[in-house]
Amino acid sequence: MEKFTKLTSTAVLLPIENIDTDQIIPARFLKVTDKIGFGNHLFKDWRFDENNEPIASFALNNKIFSGSILVAGDNFGCGSSREHAAWALTDYGFKVIVSSYFADIFKGNALNNGLLPIVVSADFLQKIFSAINENPIIKLVVNLESQTISLENTKEQASFEIDAYKKICMINGFDDIDFLISQKTEIEKFETTNKLVLK
Amino acid sequence: MKNKTLFDKVWDNHVVTHVPNGPEVLYIDSHLIHEVTSPQAFAELEQRNIPVFRPNQIVATADHNVATIDQHLPIKDELARNQIEQLTINCIKNNITLYGLGHHYQGIVHVIAPELGITQPGMTIVCGDSHTSTHGAFGSIAFGIGTSQVAQVFASQCLLLNKPKSLRVNVNGKLAKNVSPKDIILYIISKIGTNSGTGYFCEYAGNIFREMSMEGRMTVCNMSIEMGARGGMIAPDEVTFKYIKDKEFAPKGEELEEKIKFWKTLPTDEGAVFDQEYSFNAADIAPMITYGTNPGMGIKITENIPTTNDASFEKALEYMGFNKGESLINKPINYVFIGSCTNSRIEDFRTVAKYINGKQKADNIHALIVPGSQQVAKQIQEEGLNKIFEAAGFQIRQPGCSACLAMNDDKVPAGEYCVSTSNRNFEGRQGQGSRTILASPLVAAATAIAGKIIDISQN
Repeated sequence: MEKFTKLTSTAVLLPIENIDTDQIIPARFLKVTDKIGFGNHLFKDWRFDENNEPIASFALNNKIFSGSILVAGDNFGCGSSREHAAWALTDYGFKVIVSSYFADIFKGNALNNGLLPIVVSADFLQKIFSAINENPIIKLVVNLESQTISLENTKEQASFEIDAYKKICMINGFDDIDFLISQKTEIEKFETTNKLVLK
Repeated sequence: MKNKTLFDKVWDNHVVTHVPNGPEVLYIDSHLIHEVTSPQAFAELEQRNIPVFRPNQIVATADHNVATIDQHLPIKDELARNQIEQLTINCIKNNITLYGLGHHYQGIVHVIAPELGITQPGMTIVCGDSHTSTHGAFGSIAFGIGTSQVAQVFASQCLLLNKPKSLRVNVNGKLAKNVSPKDIILYIISKIGTNSGTGYFCEYAGNIFREMSMEGRMTVCNMSIEMGARGGMIAPDEVTFKYIKDKEFAPKGEELEEKIKFWKTLPTDEGAVFDQEYSFNAADIAPMITYGTNPGMGIKITENIPTTNDASFEKALEYMGFNKGESLINKPINYVFIGSCTNSRIEDFRTVAKYINGKQKADNIHALIVPGSQQVAKQIQEEGLNKIFEAAGFQIRQPGCSACLAMNDDKVPAGEYCVSTSNRNFEGRQGQGSRTILASPLVAAATAIAGKIIDISQN
């Protein structure tokens, strides 16, 4: 997993609520056995028409927006557990997603792929939408160590929560498998002492 | 000692250890896998030279992208065929039981595990599929996971998790005629919204759930994820024990007696406190349908679409081709899908057969019946329901996820409405441009006969 500490970038705005993982990556693209190339199909049916031509009005095709931060409406990533959604976003080049709310499974999947989900208040989210809509070259500054996100021009800042363990993982590029394998003795001991509970 | 919830008891029983200032290591009893979300996890382990830790606690099936016609022939879609072949190779290599195509236990993962007795009270169950919440109907902690977590369970039979908050939804009273478990869960989601369950594990309580069959409980728990809750649970009771008894892999004889004694200790203690609680009167619930592009956008079949002023709401109505304030009664419909991990169990097909017996589908209707498993398909034959479906002009297909997510050829054409017993009405869920209206098996059956949405609360 890639390490993450700080990022200063312009952002792409997607002010739509309840963006589900079927929109992020439609099911028909899940028939592969690797993690390669999902970025090409990111938001496929919002991004391209039936002739595979880019839909100009969609945020990812709108040339005024750029950068590796996606700012989206409330309840981002609801629906299916498909981790392909996180793979599509990282493959496309996003490193941070900002919203006022994330669905549980998506949030976990994002963190397991070095993609940082940042929850801000509905007010701060609106502030970002307005500021960047007005001037799309404004950058957002994300600092994982201090757990802050700010608008570079006005220095308006919000802090965000992240699980202490996951923060260490993100900063160092660790994943959960190494940690769990290091717990094997404990796990085996648990298996022998909990017969009735276990299958 | 503190009064505990059903969730607390099952969770606490499975905590191996804590990470200081971090998550807990939760032991997983049963891991279900399928062809779509497992290949990258197997590849990850192989790459890092990590063996599968407890292969005998994993069960695999092929369901998401299988064809529902001519399952004995090779799959035509090369990508789907390759993915299923990869699952077979991975299972053989790692000594994992696979109920693949052609096996008499094959079917939708959330239908087969309960009917085989793999799902039991007090267990922790995971699968790379968000509708794993279904298994909570037995009083187990069951939830969907991403592929990285599938790899973690392969490697250690454990997951690193923060304990979710607790939520209880109480429904008490007497249900009106023709109100089914699907209507109850669609009603709950329409009232509390698609994200109010986020961060919570939900318990359903009240006489309505106690009086419900296991099939009904599975339908309710299945859709817990549609209100954002990672999982839903119902306290195990005599209905649960009776369902489990004699199932292929369920404990037998003395072992079963001992287990039942233990399972009876699991229900929530009197006085246990939940972080959040909602209560509904059963009499307020009616047959439901959805009008929008998330499962929370539901109304009673006799109600009009709300007149909310909100950009996301308007975007959903525009996609669906509906207007604010409009009634959906008499809306012409061309497609009906009866299947999916929500409503493809024998009880669902009995309901449909009872309604359509002696009737004919409307000429404009394409009606698809997709049993949840080979065992359900067999039971449909044994009970003679197939004759009723065929006489009415419905197509009976072979088991799989089918038109619920349209990974195979079972797609609804762009612009067409489909009254569907599945769980998600997201844009394009049943095929690019398709428009899904979620409903109960009874509403779907009535739509197929009438060729349009009708008010079944009256007949």
